[in-house]
Amino acid sequence: MTAVEVHNLRKEFFRRDAERSGLRKRRRRVPALEDVTFSIARGECVAILGQNGSGKSTLVRLLSTLLLHDGGSAHVFGHDVFKEQREVQRLVNRVSVEASFFKKMSSEENLSYAARFYGMSGAETRERIPVILERVGFPTRRRHEAMEHLSRGMQQKVSLARALLTSPVLLLLDEPTTGLDPRSKLEVQNFIREVWASHDATILLCTHDLAEAEILADRVGILDRGRLLCLEPVGELKDRFKAETLEEAFFAATGREFELENDDQDAERGVFA
Amino acid sequence: MRGAAATLRHELIGLSGVLERNANLVKRYAWWELAFFVWSLANTLTIVFIAKGIDAAGGKIDVDRATTTLLIGAVIWSYLGVLFEILTETVAWERWEGTIEYTFMAPLARPIHLIGMGLFAVVYGVIRTSVLFAVIAGFFSLSLGGANFAAALVVLAVASVSFIGIGMMTAVLPLISPEKGMQMGFITQGILLVISGVYYPVSVLPDWMQWLSTISPATYALRGIRHAILDGAGIDTLWGDIWPLIVIGFLAIPLGLYIFAVGERHAKRHGKLKRSG
Repeated sequence: MTAVEVHNLRKEFFRRDAERSGLRKRRRRVPALEDVTFSIARGECVAILGQNGSGKSTLVRLLSTLLLHDGGSAHVFGHDVFKEQREVQRLVNRVSVEASFFKKMSSEENLSYAARFYGMSGAETRERIPVILERVGFPTRRRHEAMEHLSRGMQQKVSLARALLTSPVLLLLDEPTTGLDPRSKLEVQNFIREVWASHDATILLCTHDLAEAEILADRVGILDRGRLLCLEPVGELKDRFKAETLEEAFFAATGREFELENDDQDAERGVFA
Repeated sequence: MRGAAATLRHELIGLSGVLERNANLVKRYAWWELAFFVWSLANTLTIVFIAKGIDAAGGKIDVDRATTTLLIGAVIWSYLGVLFEILTETVAWERWEGTIEYTFMAPLARPIHLIGMGLFAVVYGVIRTSVLFAVIAGFFSLSLGGANFAAALVVLAVASVSFIGIGMMTAVLPLISPEKGMQMGFITQGILLVISGVYYPVSVLPDWMQWLSTISPATYALRGIRHAILDGAGIDTLWGDIWPLIVIGFLAIPLGLYIFAVGERHAKRHGKLKRSG
């Protein structure tokens, strides 16, 4: 069974212009995703590369049922993401760039809260939480400390634990290592690799870290200004664009260097994506 | 049948998660809760002293009865405030902490989520309000020997269903406006304060406001609770205030859920279900 099937997916947002029409500011559409089509096989790890504002987070949020689309379709293990939200929600979990928690609550309390929404009882969470924390390399003796006392790297590990606690079959990783120190980054990447190998999880990794995409993914896609330009294994990507590095391939595909946000359009997308 | 049982179990577990989280937050913010309680105490005293003030200025009133009337109004107002604040925080606090995405992408039925918030608000509100009432009653050495507190609690419990429904409607406001939504919830509270006879009988209001008071659950709650505490009225005597509360509650909960669902759909369409909105 195909894990993820996306067909001509579109999402646009409205932005108010400085220009006025009568008493009101004019609104114009800003496309965040335009006719994105791809599929992910069960057990595959796919990385989507893109600059800030390219639509990566919009894609993740659509698949997480946090956004409603404006066209096209998306299915997760055969379930329509927009019409069968509860079924999709049971199968999916995510880790985002911000390790969002109730800061005054401990990691155990935060994980317990999250797990209950997925049907895990108090007894089950009390048993599983120390196990999963240990698995992600979090010292369990600190599980009663408030999250605000933990480092960014520790918080991201708890974030991973939160995603894995519910045994998702589709894991959506939205820049999970952004902002981490090199050691924490490596630990998280190693853990993602381990989970992928042992957990039978399908992974969609959205990142602007080229090396991370190359290390972790079966296939790499390039998302640029809401359009998916390509999605293939790294070797084939490089061959296609006659590039020696993934960065060169990205430049060739988009016609721009990876780090630059050239114009207001990119900056504007960043607000929505 | 098995599927329904499994679903019910899942939802009840989720409900327990909402209750547990709120209890943990109260525990973690315990000193702030105490500070807020002291503020409520001071605020309520300010109002309850009015009766003594009128007496001291030469006005002819039954000071004890007037003091108790004001006290009931003030604590019910405080209770309403706690209820609305906790329900509005369904979205506001999650957005502020950044957890809104994780909560709203979880497979928990939104009605269960909101009812869980409402249930916690009622339990916490009743405990807090009872303590507030007892402390202030002690301040004024009020004689409440004839009071029917059990009947008063029944009226409050029935009224709370309506309050939860209205609270669900205000809970949607931070979804629509991340910046100003929570403050807009105070407008609902303010309107209820004016039209429901919190500190005065509704008969002193203009005709059009008296009509509005007939659709406010706070009007019946205040009247019923005052009657129970001041006159020792029982449930049978209070039926005239209880049945409108049942009707309003019967309408308010589905309406509150519907409005929240519309708001959530709006937020999903316009990308507002995130920290920055």
